[in-house]
Amino acid sequence: MDAIKIEILGTGCKKCRQLEANAEEAIANLNLTAEVFHITDPIEIAKRGVMSTPAMTINGKVASRGQVISVEQIQPLLQLQN
Amino acid sequence: MFDPFYPFDWLATQMITKLLGLSISSHLGSSLHFFLYDVPKVLTLLIVISFVVGTFQSFLEAERVRSLLEGKHTLTGNTLAAMVGIVTPFCSCSAVPLFIGFLEAGVPLGVTFSYLMAAPMVNEVAVILLWGLFGLKVTLIYIGFGVGLAIASGYIIGLLKLEKWVEPFVWKLQKSRQAMPIEDAESLEPVALSWGQRFEQGRFQASEIVRSVWLYVVIGIAVGAGIHGYVPTDFITQYAGASNPFAVPIAVILGVPLYANIAGVMPITEALVNKGMSMGTVLAFTMAVTALSFPEMVILKKVLRPQLLFVFIGLMTVGIVSIGYLFNAIIN
Repeated sequence: MDAIKIEILGTGCKKCRQLEANAEEAIANLNLTAEVFHITDPIEIAKRGVMSTPAMTINGKVASRGQVISVEQIQPLLQLQN
Repeated sequence: MFDPFYPFDWLATQMITKLLGLSISSHLGSSLHFFLYDVPKVLTLLIVISFVVGTFQSFLEAERVRSLLEGKHTLTGNTLAAMVGIVTPFCSCSAVPLFIGFLEAGVPLGVTFSYLMAAPMVNEVAVILLWGLFGLKVTLIYIGFGVGLAIASGYIIGLLKLEKWVEPFVWKLQKSRQAMPIEDAESLEPVALSWGQRFEQGRFQASEIVRSVWLYVVIGIAVGAGIHGYVPTDFITQYAGASNPFAVPIAVILGVPLYANIAGVMPITEALVNKGMSMGTVLAFTMAVTALSFPEMVILKKVLRPQLLFVFIGLMTVGIVSIGYLFNAIIN
């Protein structure tokens, strides 16, 4: 199983850190191997087609944007990847 | 007129007259009244309004706004963009993704600017403070003039055809996006929000805002209270009243570096207004604080050539100063 690649898109506000923490927790709960990156460059964020932060991509696909989604919401998205 | 804040006023008055045995008209009494009335009032407004806004803005995603504005040339587009800017959340951190995202989808440059100008100017913290400290009428005037300015400036930018001063990579992105739409949330099941989750977002938003501004609010009100009780009226009228022709431009210049501290600065202006500072100057000042924010300029510089940034800043500055003068002239 390849490691899942998760990107947290946001310029470093509190909400983005909360989202990152939620993603880490979801990964730990599911015992997955995943790499989490934090993208803070606004141009890189725009290149991913995202306009409202914080957002999250999983394996290159936009999974959420404009809100902090919970651990419970992230887990099924991660399970889809297996 | 019905005053929704009467209970706060009553409570503050009771505390000072009954508990402390001071007269409201004494220096200390009027200072304390200012403080004890404003702090609970502004904090309550902050909590309630940011919760409501946070809950409902989950309905208004940037993507939806964008599809509303696509291809809308002319004044209609600018007007719509500015109106939408009132109700959408905005933080300068999302200015660039929004700007690129709008242009990519074919929203005209001028319309995009109308949105970018209106959104930060009419933000919830500014509106809450204006409403709590200066009343509903002033707030509505502020929103009206702010939106008018955003419509006019965006329209002018549209007329001038300044697309050439947008960094070329933005247009390259636009071309490649049209050739190959990126894979999007459609492939992953988009996360649907229940009401519980919307309320949760609202609560999160409210706690975030209150936590980041409450201290500024309290300090600002304390300083305002000191001015309110102790600084003589003549002094303020002389320097910040309508008769001083330089009051408006000076207020605008002072407002630019204060972007982060609007919550602390507004209570001080309230005290100054009570002492004779004119309302147009306050409006211009508030607009300068919100709309001409330094970090937003730095961020926008990534996508705008300096020339377009200057046009943007220039239009806003001229507009804000004119609104200040106009308002001072009407009121007197």
